[in-house]
Amino acid sequence: MRVERGRALLVTGRNGSGKTTLLRILAGLTLPEAGRVTWDGEAIRPGASTMRAQCVFVGHAPALKDELTVEENLRSLTALAGAHVSDDAIATALASVDLHEQRGLPARVLSQGQRRRVGLARLALLPRPVWLLDEPATALDAAGLAWLGKLVAQRLRDGGMVIAATHQSLEIPSDRVDTLAMT
Amino acid sequence: MKQPPRSLPPKGVESVAWDGPARLTAIAQTEGEEAQFGVATAILWAATHDLRVAMRSRSELAVQILFYVIVVSLFPLAASPDRALLAALGPGVLWVAALLASLLSLPRLFAADFADGTLEQIASSPYPLQALVGGKIVAHWLCTGLPVVVLAPLLGLQYGLDSDVLAVVTLSLLVGTPLLSLLGAIGAALTLGARGGSSLLALLILPLCVPVLIFGAGAADAVRAGLSASPNFSLLAAGLLIALVGAPFATAAAIRVALD
Repeated sequence: MRVERGRALLVTGRNGSGKTTLLRILAGLTLPEAGRVTWDGEAIRPGASTMRAQCVFVGHAPALKDELTVEENLRSLTALAGAHVSDDAIATALASVDLHEQRGLPARVLSQGQRRRVGLARLALLPRPVWLLDEPATALDAAGLAWLGKLVAQRLRDGGMVIAATHQSLEIPSDRVDTLAMT
Repeated sequence: MKQPPRSLPPKGVESVAWDGPARLTAIAQTEGEEAQFGVATAILWAATHDLRVAMRSRSELAVQILFYVIVVSLFPLAASPDRALLAALGPGVLWVAALLASLLSLPRLFAADFADGTLEQIASSPYPLQALVGGKIVAHWLCTGLPVVVLAPLLGLQYGLDSDVLAVVTLSLLVGTPLLSLLGAIGAALTLGARGGSSLLALLILPLCVPVLIFGAGAADAVRAGLSASPNFSLLAAGLLIALVGAPFATAAAIRVALD
């Protein structure tokens, strides 16, 4: 498989077909048993830091600390990804995913969907070349889904690559989407 | 639960709600990116992150410290109040209690991050995993090792230890507790995701800590016998240096295996 700049790859397939494993290999979390990963035509070592600096991985677990506030969680996660994000940008991102009211609350009070939205706000603040999204639509409501579609479409227009494992269709322009069916 | 004060929404917030991706990406692109993913930044991130989380769950911290205080205080009550016996027992008890207190908090070192997905983000971050792990170990030591060192002189009084022996015990704990945190981190990472992880962790780590215990507690015995404690300190410090270099790498490798 091959992904070009400005294109999205939707990975589909039944449960257990290896969608998550594929994304985790690309994110450098799992070692492939066979095959190789190439970036810009060069083979890269699994988990190499050069690749990790290009990717943002959004997994099943939202990686939020219940003890910290929503705002602190978001700031901490973007800092971990190596981005310097101003307080204003954090506040705007949280407002954008409709979490402005909750930003000072500990993350433990958030619902599943709201936790997802913090992950999406993080994604919006990290415009890396490759986004790896593992079931990004889970627990999102219609408004959240539409927001995610806009975010991905915007990223693709800016020349990013998006690889998403999903059962639901994301609301992105179909001329930019390839599909990979896992068996 | 005390809520932090709320401030007014920043200018323009209302207008971006639920239609902001384009503007957000634009903002994000103007923000700086770290060019070099430095070791110091990574250590600092992990240490401050873990300390902040620990400070929000202070009761857990207090339980660990209280556990240490109680274990040390039980021995003078259970053993005979013979002054010579207690003085001989004291350094060893302080060391064993320090080891147990460190062990008590180790299972949580990576397990919480493993469960909530933070460890995935740590492992897929562009910063070196060894450095991030190192920062977590620093935070673990600050939360569990440092209080043990600080309390040791006070608790040692129960054993009627002389001031020079007390000083040596405290100093040996200062060198030895980071070593316990470093060794413990390897065990905590190796037992990640294993069933009965915490009891397995104890079985795995306690034998590894025996040399630390022998040289640590031995330092005070040497002073009590009128000998120099410097060989013990040299060995402890050598062990600490080796562990400082090796343990983060071993721990990082074990975490990668656990996540794989």
